[in-house]
Amino acid sequence: MSAPTEEVLGTTRREGKRLMDLWWQEMTEAVQTGRPTAYVFAMGSMAELLRTFDFVLNFPEITSLQIAVRGQSQAYIQTAEDYGFSPDVCGYVKADVGLQLRQGEHPYGKVPRPSLVVTSNVCNTYIKWSEFWEHLYGCPVFVMDLPGWRGRDSADLNGETFRNDARYVLGQLRELIELCERITGRRFDLDRFREHLAEANRMAELYNAVCETNRHIPAPFNAVVEGVTYQGIAHLYRGSPQGSRYFQQVLQEMQERIRLGMAAVPDERFRLVLVGTTCYSHFRRFVELFASWGGVFVHSTYMVFAGGGFLPGFVYDLSRPLESFAERMVAAAYWGYTGSMFYQQDWLDEVVRRWHVDGICFHGVKSCRTVSTGLPDVREWMRVQRNVPGLFIQSDLVDPRLWSDAQVKNRVDAFFEALAAHKATTRR
Amino acid sequence: MDDLERIFDDLRALVEDPTFPAVRRWLTENPQGKVVGSFQVFFPEEVAHAAGMLPIKIAGAGGTIQVRQADARIAAFVCSIVRSSLELALSGRLDFLSVMVVPNICDAARNACGVWVRSFPHMRVETLYHPHNAASAHAVDYLTGEYRRIGRILEEIGGRPITDEALRASIALFNENRRLLREVYRIKREAPWLLSAVESYLLVRSAGLMPREEHNALLRRVLELLPHRPTKKQDRIRVVFEGGFCEQPPLDMLAVIQNACYIVDDDLMIGLRWITDDVPTEGDLWRNLADSYLNRSSYSPVQRDPRKPKAEMLLRRIRESGAEAAIVAAAKMCEPGLEEQVHYSRALEAAGIPHLVMEFEETMTVFEQVGMEVETFAESLLFQFA
Ligand code: SF4
Ligand code: SF4
Repeated sequence: MSAPTEEVLGTTRREGKRLMDLWWQEMTEAVQTGRPTAYVFAMGSMAELLRTFDFVLNFPEITSLQIAVRGQSQAYIQTAEDYGFSPDVCGYVKADVGLQLRQGEHPYGKVPRPSLVVTSNVCNTYIKWSEFWEHLYGCPVFVMDLPGWRGRDSADLNGETFRNDARYVLGQLRELIELCERITGRRFDLDRFREHLAEANRMAELYNAVCETNRHIPAPFNAVVEGVTYQGIAHLYRGSPQGSRYFQQVLQEMQERIRLGMAAVPDERFRLVLVGTTCYSHFRRFVELFASWGGVFVHSTYMVFAGGGFLPGFVYDLSRPLESFAERMVAAAYWGYTGSMFYQQDWLDEVVRRWHVDGICFHGVKSCRTVSTGLPDVREWMRVQRNVPGLFIQSDLVDPRLWSDAQVKNRVDAFFEALAAHKATTRR
Repeated sequence: MDDLERIFDDLRALVEDPTFPAVRRWLTENPQGKVVGSFQVFFPEEVAHAAGMLPIKIAGAGGTIQVRQADARIAAFVCSIVRSSLELALSGRLDFLSVMVVPNICDAARNACGVWVRSFPHMRVETLYHPHNAASAHAVDYLTGEYRRIGRILEEIGGRPITDEALRASIALFNENRRLLREVYRIKREAPWLLSAVESYLLVRSAGLMPREEHNALLRRVLELLPHRPTKKQDRIRVVFEGGFCEQPPLDMLAVIQNACYIVDDDLMIGLRWITDDVPTEGDLWRNLADSYLNRSSYSPVQRDPRKPKAEMLLRRIRESGAEAAIVAAAKMCEPGLEEQVHYSRALEAAGIPHLVMEFEETMTVFEQVGMEVETFAESLLFQFA
């Protein structure tokens, strides 16, 4: 028997907030109890493995984002710049440096110091960021090196390149396990690890099912509004039953919204994809600029690379947990992370078709060369090769000094005017 | 004009010529030859050489060209070397490249590799993933496999297998090149008045712009002539210049610095000097290359190796070169360089080593400010050490 409508609608928001609060509570408590905390990153967090050792997981990208959403990033960034960081360094890094230099005092709670840092190389800045903590706290830093997409050599998941990469990652996983055992004094529990993998499998399937619901016209959620919460919960609760339960509820709610014909953006007129990230220091404004034209983001590369690399079909083979974990990490690095950030044209092509997209917004952010460097080129490629209109705007993730409202608004408005004309001629 | 001056004039002309004249000459002599470009920092050029190809270094264009087309393809807040390297290709100046390899040094370069892939469908563009977990017991195995992958690509494009015999000969050739460059750096350290910073830079940079056989001959000739140079030792401060691992400071900026200081060591074009000892020519040669990258090598902000903490490595470079101070530079918009600069300057501060922090861009043309800063810095130190 399904739950009554009023119970289903709005669950996502309530439950998302509850889970977020719970995470902050856990972090703040760890400051007192000294429970081991691992600092990890969204892309390649190794959450399934670290959970097996009961680490509290701090995601500094999320804490930096939240500082910006609370409108306080400027002050934190300034602290980092006073310490010596250049105005041209990633704002996520600087917001966190500001946070660490304030002894972890965050608008939402307190951040414990790291007992361990696990970083992937999917963003090279992750490594430099980790080195800051290494200098400040002398904590161990483990780089989980995930070789990325290398064109046709990585297309074959039975090929020599994939096998070489997977062997390397498996070897590193064993080294990471040893390190975790040393830090926590616990033995690695393979059965527990398997349970976390099983939960991640469930989450991945549900996450993709949720993304699929947005193929519906009108779209039941906005990929840059609700989508950001989904990404957050997917990180914080990856591999845990609460995480899978949450996505079960989200899926139910989306199905209910579709049944009732509810749209994320009332009077939906334009269906968009976001390539890159949004601007958190002007989050509401960013969304409003598009929504006021009836523009809804039905998908984003952000939901792929910052959503855990859960590509359709993502599944761990539970009969060979470690080996399979290594293989999935490599595949995620190929397709989910580096593929969707550096070679997104094929993915875009498919999404434009399947999600009935009218246009693409490419948002370059100064903080993030990882995501933004070649966006003007992809925009041009999609326009010339696929006749899909694109808008390119620039600001930042978290640095409010880089938001130029009039400029962004002018470009967005001009884009929608052109999009309306394009839509009329192509009858998309 | 004496021999040395003529050589350095020619080298300067070569380094500042965006048409790659030595490559074009090689192609005239080897009409079937293929050229492999590699972006900063390190690429095992021996592999390309053993495949019968000419490996060259793509390290930006300095201020020698106008960047137009690349600006339409790359976001505004990206360093200059990424844009100007792309511009070289978009403007047809690299039309001789059959293969372009971009190592995974940083976010901007990896992402820009995607732009190259989309822009040049007829060129083979590859990202080379060097290990960032250099201390892992599995890194050498992995990198051996990755180098073999690159080897397979070059075999396919070059149309001939890379035999052990060829690879051994190529490694020996490049070992010799690195040995000669180490000799250049020994002179810089021991008798910096014999060789200016600009001249030593030209000697290194040109290695990536011409066939290594020629470059070795050139280095031998220079090393023969240098001890006889009539230049006299002057009372100048001895500094290490750090921050030239990727984007290159303009030659005139080095000239301004050398007016006030002796640069006794640096990380300029470190990729061409990355391997610090001979690569063994016995056993599994691919493995030897991988092992040398990881275990017989220098350091840079874009390689993570906990066995070589970068600030400590810089302090060592200063100590071993007998420098009294350091210039810690970073290229504008260079995320890893700017981040490392913070740690470098704090470590120098803690060690009580005087240092000057600066930012540069390869396209800079005005150096009064830099000149003034360096002069003031050097004078204050001369006074202090007097
Ligand atoms: S560069 Fe981009 S991906 Fe990397 S830490 Fe900064 S915002 Fe995140
Ligand atoms: S200068 Fe810095 S940011 Fe630019 S390519 Fe080199 S390492 Fe990357």
